[in-house]
Amino acid sequence: MTTMPASQAQGQAGTASGDILLEVNNLKMYFPVTSGLIFQRATGYVKAVDGISFFVRRGETLGLVGESGCGKTTTGRCILQLYKPTSGSIKFEGTELTSLNTNQMRTMRRKMQVIFQDPYSSLNPRMTTGNIIGEPLIVHNMVSNKEEYKERVGELLRHVGLNPYMADRFPHEFSGGQRQRIGVARALSVNPEFIVADEPVSALDVSIQAQIINLMEELQEKFSLTYLFIAHDLAVVRHISDRVGVMYLGRLMEVSDRNEIYINPIHPYTKALLSAVPIPDPIADAQRERILMTGEVPSPLNPPSGCVFHPRCPLATEKCSQVVPQLREVENNHWAACINVPGYGET
Amino acid sequence: MATATGVAGSALGRVSRLWRRPGRIRRIPVVPLSIVALLLVCAIFANIISPHDPRGADETQRERVLKTLVPPFQNWDNPLGTDRRGLDVLTRLIYGARTSAVISMIALGFGVVAGTVLGLVAGFRGGWADAIIMRLVDAALAFPLILVAMLIVVVLGPGIQNIILAIAATVWARFARQVRGEVLSIKERDFVTLARIAGVPDQTIIARHILPNVVNTLLIVVSLQIGNVILTEASLSFLGLGLPPGDPAWGIMVAEGRNFVIDAWWLSLFPGIAITLVVLAFNFFGDWLRDTLDPKLRRL
Repeated sequence: MTTMPASQAQGQAGTASGDILLEVNNLKMYFPVTSGLIFQRATGYVKAVDGISFFVRRGETLGLVGESGCGKTTTGRCILQLYKPTSGSIKFEGTELTSLNTNQMRTMRRKMQVIFQDPYSSLNPRMTTGNIIGEPLIVHNMVSNKEEYKERVGELLRHVGLNPYMADRFPHEFSGGQRQRIGVARALSVNPEFIVADEPVSALDVSIQAQIINLMEELQEKFSLTYLFIAHDLAVVRHISDRVGVMYLGRLMEVSDRNEIYINPIHPYTKALLSAVPIPDPIADAQRERILMTGEVPSPLNPPSGCVFHPRCPLATEKCSQVVPQLREVENNHWAACINVPGYGET
Repeated sequence: MATATGVAGSALGRVSRLWRRPGRIRRIPVVPLSIVALLLVCAIFANIISPHDPRGADETQRERVLKTLVPPFQNWDNPLGTDRRGLDVLTRLIYGARTSAVISMIALGFGVVAGTVLGLVAGFRGGWADAIIMRLVDAALAFPLILVAMLIVVVLGPGIQNIILAIAATVWARFARQVRGEVLSIKERDFVTLARIAGVPDQTIIARHILPNVVNTLLIVVSLQIGNVILTEASLSFLGLGLPPGDPAWGIMVAEGRNFVIDAWWLSLFPGIAITLVVLAFNFFGDWLRDTLDPKLRRL
């Protein structure tokens, strides 16, 4: 693999307007595949995330889309330092997270929270709602006495559209949507600046999805939150995001403003992905041009050389299997990693 | 603390709801529960309900010699007959219940605590701790329970504390294995990850998030092991490895009577029935508890 200098994200950061809250640079997360019973040795690596760079501005929502197994969730977990990245840098408000020790990280965690996909697995069935929401408050010594604690928990419940008296109930007494609200309340408890929303609505009914999305937008406004919104549902991402990044097999393929990427996709993978979205109008659906990809997503254990998308790409040339394309600004505020798109320039 | 009451609340809540609606899910096992209750009553109130003293202290030597080997159902004074020393069989049965209950409860207590702690450590820490603890568990489970218990009693000598130690040293492994398996699955659930992200220390994660979710399983394994433990205690006593001869214990009573089975069948039969009933009762009760609280554990 050609090692490239820290990619164009530096350039991005330079030209980007606004305050950068989170900056990820050339992040790699390889999971070793071990074999052997006693003396385990790595026989290969799953390249879940393979050199991605992006930034998130304060107050915006960056949507991260891609099919299953493309490394969206791993990226989110690396940012939260649940995984120790193989290499790369993650800067949050200018602080390098990868070099923090446990105590320093605990302080940082007040500023970054997460909402998980499965509202059934993310709430401890043995704890009351109040204790679930209040746990981070106690860990970070954010309340001084019981009344203040109760007050704060009640306030959080109201913020997410639940009633303060529900604090004494157990998770099994709530529906999926309500449970996800509890998850949101917990994430809010420490007044974070940044929330990683890891497929927060994928497990919910469509009508409930809308409620949660609206709630998240409302809360973003109220508490000036920044979201990294990970999802595979393109419509949901379009609705909530300010900018969207498209991932494929551990790489970022394209990053741009949400309307730009949906109306004017540049990267051939994005085009193919968008053309797979059904249009709720049979005539329009039949008339549009669809780009069908052939074959399967290659294994991240042994990704293709050069551009990981080249075996399935309609634009692929011989060069694509040799050169790893970097994310470059091919149009104003529009980054793509494809050597065959106009504006990419010299490889 | 709210967590602890929450656990008890929900587990007991489910059981108590079944009381109110018998037949709705599974009828509560009346017969096994009555036997267990009877055992507990005998154990606690042995000195009040038994007609005589287990060692014959309430009668003179002469009185006892005159009524050795009285068959059962002959008179009201000795409803289940007397043994070779003229001691009342019913009285010794009742005191035997106390012996069994005390030894098995203390031994189980130690076994449960040790097994739970080791299982939590193995499951949560993983790596070397897990490898070492689980090999110990494999070793402990590879030997027959009674063999290990015998070995310990032979090496350390008889006596109630050594029996307890012997039993605890063999049952802990089952609890450790079950708890470890459960911890492995619970620690991957999102609420544990969320606690980590919130910065909750490991000990608190174990105490608040993992242990309460293991309690149901633990309760079931314990109830299924009680019968086993009582049987081990009786076996050790029977083999003369447990309590000093003459002490009221079911195993000793069976052993003392086995030479006279043809002539004085009641000496071995009644304690034998007692052991069988109690072990069966606990096994049925454990099965029921498992089916009610956690049907996933069917194949234990």
